[in-house]
Amino acid sequence: MLWTDRNFDNGFMESWRELERMSNALSRLSGRTVHEFPLINMWVEGDSVTVTSEIPGIDADDIEISVVGKSLSLRGSRKQDETKENEAYHRRERWNGRFSKIVELPFNVQTDRVDAKFSKGVLSITLPRAEAEKPKKIDIKSGEEVR
Amino acid sequence: MSVTTKDIEKKEAKLREGVERTRSRRVYVPSVDIIEREEDIVLVADMPGVDDKSLDIVLEKDTLTIDGHVEETIPEGHRLTVSEYGIGDYHRVFTLSDEIDKDRINATVKHGVLRLTLPKTAAVKTRRIPVRAEA
Repeated sequence: MLWTDRNFDNGFMESWRELERMSNALSRLSGRTVHEFPLINMWVEGDSVTVTSEIPGIDADDIEISVVGKSLSLRGSRKQDETKENEAYHRRERWNGRFSKIVELPFNVQTDRVDAKFSKGVLSITLPRAEAEKPKKIDIKSGEEVR
Repeated sequence: MSVTTKDIEKKEAKLREGVERTRSRRVYVPSVDIIEREEDIVLVADMPGVDDKSLDIVLEKDTLTIDGHVEETIPEGHRLTVSEYGIGDYHRVFTLSDEIDKDRINATVKHGVLRLTLPKTAAVKTRRIPVRAEA
């Protein structure tokens, strides 16, 4: 059957993703921003980058942070309140579930000097640039000194 | 089709026409869950950046107003390169029905999540109508 044809399906998924990319780009243009949970901001100052993220309602121990090369990965899960019998949701707007988000950093990081804080539901991770990657200043000796 | 990405956004609060804010801050609407239980109604609101000192909950007649003030912490000398969320205060208004015992409302905040317990009045709790089978 045509609709279950694998090639067709792959092509369809490709165009679906393309459509998604386009709609994301459009929503950015129109000022509406939609992103994957958790939302992050990134601040850069010289050889240090700070990533902040709003992850309300979970314990610091439940957030898994790892850095590989230039990728910072945030993982964890937020559980929904268990509903018992005779309980009913009137509104359910809060996000729940497992999350896994990769943030691309502007440079490689000195992984042993990464500092993470979590307060009031806001995570703040400071990552210094890898020493080996820092631009080295090269002194230029004048010809006369060498002589 | 399974779309696995979970897109979320922070919604900015709309102002009523003719009303202006006195603070030049962005104001967001916190996402809430409202769960009705046998004894009470629980309201859970996501308000990252807010703690017990920066939260104002006012009950006037039947109107419950939740306000949260967030201190903007911009790291000194830093340049914002990726911005997925805005930082600002929170504001949301709810109308309570008569069945809430307004004197026993309890509020706690932990990790940026407000949890309001609104107990039902005794009259509401016992309002159960027995159904008899007709012979």
